[in-house]
Amino acid sequence: MLNTLAGIIASSGGAAAGGDYESIATVTVGAGGSGGITFSSIPSTYQHLQIRAFARTNSPTNGENTKIYVNGSSASTNYAWHVLRGNGASTAAAGGGGNYIIANVGTTNVTSTFSAMIIDVLDYANTNKNKTIRNLYGFDSNGAGYVGINSVLVPTTSAISQIDIFMDYNFTQYSSFALYGIKG
Amino acid sequence: MPSTYTPIATTTLGSAGTVTFSSIPATYTDLIVIVNGKATGNGQLSMRINGGTSLYSTTSLTANGSSAGSTRETAATYLQFGYYGYFDASNQAMAIAHIMNYANTTTFKTILATERNSATGVDASVGLWRSTSAINSVEVYASGANLAAGTVVSLYGVKSA
Repeated sequence: MLNTLAGIIASSGGAAAGGDYESIATVTVGAGGSGGITFSSIPSTYQHLQIRAFARTNSPTNGENTKIYVNGSSASTNYAWHVLRGNGASTAAAGGGGNYIIANVGTTNVTSTFSAMIIDVLDYANTNKNKTIRNLYGFDSNGAGYVGINSVLVPTTSAISQIDIFMDYNFTQYSSFALYGIKG
Repeated sequence: MPSTYTPIATTTLGSAGTVTFSSIPATYTDLIVIVNGKATGNGQLSMRINGGTSLYSTTSLTANGSSAGSTRETAATYLQFGYYGYFDASNQAMAIAHIMNYANTTTFKTILATERNSATGVDASVGLWRSTSAINSVEVYASGANLAAGTVVSLYGVKSA
């Protein structure tokens, strides 16, 4: 049986339920590309942050690592990360020091293909805890691709007010990064 | 700050079948589909977009409690997410699919999905629809089976600032 919901969509009007998930800022990469993006002056009025990214790189190979800083700190040896990923044929796990969020963004030789990342920054404004970031990411290009989950430890009890996402190559045009706040 | 994560439509299946969300407005940035329920047989979360029967591929990471693996579907006739975390007739399963940048007409479309069945396994998947068309219709079903009566399928829209 096929339930077509056009009528329900039309009648619902798409009304917002509430104010518990709010858009804070969005960065879209222009024609020149960009090596990174920054969200600064992030308000501390939410419980969690979520970054929803749709991105592509000019890296010559698939699987280029995307990295994250918080509060402008590039002291990458203080961060720690773990990842579990699959490439369509096998799985792998890795971890270490550094600030990777492991995005494996699609390359410019796979036409019009973009990776996706959903990055959660938990309890980001809490001043009693170190911070944990988790990420669901992947890209597929009809014959190649990666999908994985990973976590990053940010060993600071400071509230997070700035997030930088960058890589060693450039994010290409139409890449977008949207920051949302989730209320507790 | 503008509020978002807006409910667009929800259906609870009165009898076994599939669910199609059509006439989806292009006013959001991403779509989120949440499925909670059972199927009439074993079947992974599956989708067809804008009624199309080609141009799909997926890569999945899957585990069943004793082993992990990765699977791929290429040149497929539908999006099939996952492997071990399937919907079945016995256990309540759930899946969440994020359809990113669905209304843009410049890029192909990427979908991230998770699927879990506490009795069988858990999956993370990424899917590709090789079309630059805006998405205005999504059919949601279980591969090789129907979603069972009582299954709830919801569609949300998220709009960035």
